[in-house]
Amino acid sequence: MITNLINLIILLFAPFLVIGVIKKTKAFWAGRKGVSIWQPLWDFVRLMKKDCVISNTTTWIFRLAPLVIFATTLVAGLFVPMINGQPVINMEGGFILFAYILGFGKFFALISAMDTGSSFEGMGASREACFTTIVEPAFFIIMASLIALTGNYTFQSLSMILEKAGVMGILITLLAVLALVVMLLTECCRVPVDDPTTHLELTMIHEVMILDNSGQDLGLITWAAGIKMVILESLIAALLIPMHLIGFWYSALCYVAALFVIAVFVGTLESCIARLRMSHVFEFIFAMSSFALIILSLTAIRIYGN
Amino acid sequence: MNWIITENNKPVNLQDIPCLDINDLRKEIIEIKKRVVGFFGDKVFDGVKLYVVLADDEEGKLYISSSFFGADKKSYESITKTLPAFHMFEREFFEQYGIEPLGHPWLKPVRDHKKEYPFFEIKGEEIHQVGVGPIHAGVIEPGHFRFMCNGEKVYDLEIRLGYQNRGVEDLFVQNPTNQLAESVCGDSVIAYNLAYSRAMEALAGIQISNRAQLIRLIALEMERAAIHIGDLGAIAGDTAYQMGAAIFGATRTLVINSLLEICGSRFGRGLIRVGGVNFDISQELAENILKTLEKVGDDVKRTTTTMLKSPTVISRLERTGVVSFENAKALGLVGPAGRASGVELDTRFDFPDKWFLDKDDKKFKAAGDVYSRTRIRYKEIMQSLSLIRKFMKMLPDFEGEALYISCTNALASDKFVVSMTEGWRGEVVQTFITDNDGKITRCKIKDPSFNNWYGLAMAVRNNGISDFPLCNKSFNLSYCGNDL
Repeated sequence: MITNLINLIILLFAPFLVIGVIKKTKAFWAGRKGVSIWQPLWDFVRLMKKDCVISNTTTWIFRLAPLVIFATTLVAGLFVPMINGQPVINMEGGFILFAYILGFGKFFALISAMDTGSSFEGMGASREACFTTIVEPAFFIIMASLIALTGNYTFQSLSMILEKAGVMGILITLLAVLALVVMLLTECCRVPVDDPTTHLELTMIHEVMILDNSGQDLGLITWAAGIKMVILESLIAALLIPMHLIGFWYSALCYVAALFVIAVFVGTLESCIARLRMSHVFEFIFAMSSFALIILSLTAIRIYGN
Repeated sequence: MNWIITENNKPVNLQDIPCLDINDLRKEIIEIKKRVVGFFGDKVFDGVKLYVVLADDEEGKLYISSSFFGADKKSYESITKTLPAFHMFEREFFEQYGIEPLGHPWLKPVRDHKKEYPFFEIKGEEIHQVGVGPIHAGVIEPGHFRFMCNGEKVYDLEIRLGYQNRGVEDLFVQNPTNQLAESVCGDSVIAYNLAYSRAMEALAGIQISNRAQLIRLIALEMERAAIHIGDLGAIAGDTAYQMGAAIFGATRTLVINSLLEICGSRFGRGLIRVGGVNFDISQELAENILKTLEKVGDDVKRTTTTMLKSPTVISRLERTGVVSFENAKALGLVGPAGRASGVELDTRFDFPDKWFLDKDDKKFKAAGDVYSRTRIRYKEIMQSLSLIRKFMKMLPDFEGEALYISCTNALASDKFVVSMTEGWRGEVVQTFITDNDGKITRCKIKDPSFNNWYGLAMAVRNNGISDFPLCNKSFNLSYCGNDL
């Protein structure tokens, strides 16, 4: 119960710090002092104090979407293993619900962008939809493989591969981590997939979809985007750390350290490479599918090979 | 004699300019195969006089001729049909004097927003239009971009400008000052002021001291280096390559701060005046600046090398926004954008100038893409830095020379002078005509952007729409220079 409570608190408030750490890391590599790591939180507070400006060409979809996006992301987060390797909602097949709750939120993000009637936002929606169609099957192939290996039908199977699959498990874990990193960069709109700092509408993906959102709506959406970041970081952490075996304190420590390290990694990656050309982004995301297929073959070898 | 041949900054008598029938002039223009740098009208008492200035870049000569349109003559046969480089010039002439080039393929307003502007449209199920601007997300000038896209691919881009039209040419007629010349285009302060001052000195017949000339050229090269470094940073920024954006941004500051030390303005305002310069560069200051610029050179070299070795950066820049040599030549691109496509034009070296003798003949692989436009900037930064070094070393030879000659002579009467200066963006051309009292009656300015905007539209064709901002940065054209 207490673990669940702590996990919930982390899910709600870690997003600001994670984004703050990424910004700080980028500032460090650029030789700047950078803003305080609390700045994303203050920005959020500032946005929540503001009213929303709502274009009169939009419909109820546009007003509802921020709430739906936030709610779905938060609920999806409840299925994700955090400290103690324990999701707040632990159920068999939870990962399917997880994926489609997130998908539902994304669907609303897309139609809300189209609702504004802006040509920019339509382009952003089409890009985002296209990326999702590549990410989703790969994610399911990976999850299905892990479940087949561990016999556990929850997200906890992530942490169990190492003990259940032996040497092959190490390889599969590494591949799954790589795949999830690609997924994280895609879903959270980081370089090289998207450039979160650009002001150029024509090149944006996620940012352009929320161009018309302001005030509290924008605050909710940025919060949701941060939670998504924490969710994906948690999945990577679960793969690397056998949380359910090492006890509460160690797993809490390892989990927080993992959030921090992954944020620093993302910040560093953003500092040393350029963003890919839009047509190459698809190739980059397809890497996730290749990892997924390799994991699938390794799983098949492991199960039927001998 | 169908042409009068002169040089850069060398006035000719108005009476000596041949006046041909427009059909003959048209034939001449097409046959002589020179590059157009001026094609503009001037109101004379009973009609409109059309002046044509062509440049012979190999010989370093300017060819001037004219034609007269009486009150009853309102059209002529378009030259653009044969020579696309005249495209914007003819549109401008039509807009300013209402004389129609018959058969012009693209006769739309240039700056006038009171007239209807028919945008080019491609129709079809899968075609969508994207309109950007005139108000943009960044702190940049206004301009409207209309894309015709199929998915991510751009079929056509049309650029509409003119939002910044301030009537600069008329202001020069009313009250020509150095301050006005500095304000034509805020990122080319030195280039514009230099072109203006040289033209005025040529008209007044004064020869300024060598020391003043050197200080002017040092400033010109510093402006070039600074803006090019800033552009490299902007290109890095648009590809989300953070390291480049950060270092180039910081390095550019070192250069403009050196200008600040010379004249108190980071953009060189107030440095140049008709008759010379307002500020001297002392021996001590020269040494300080040289030391700073050495660091600048090292930083730029190291960062560019690292950046252009990074696979992700190369993949963004290479084969993006290609303007072929043939297109660049036909459209009449100038400056770095032209040179990146292999159009070797540089008025510093092409026209006789005793300070610029050693043209850099090193082979540059001009592919016309964003990568080439990035590389050419790097090359020119290095060239500018070495020129500054050279000029600074020459300064002590002219110690004690007057910084300026007060210019009280009236301007020569009934003259026509063309002044070309290679700014960082390309050739800045200013043409002045005086009446028989020695008063300026017509000023014509041509910014390099006037030639190059259409090059950008060509570059974007068949590229991804998300690469447009990058192409745009690699050209970095001026809105106000075009709008005047």
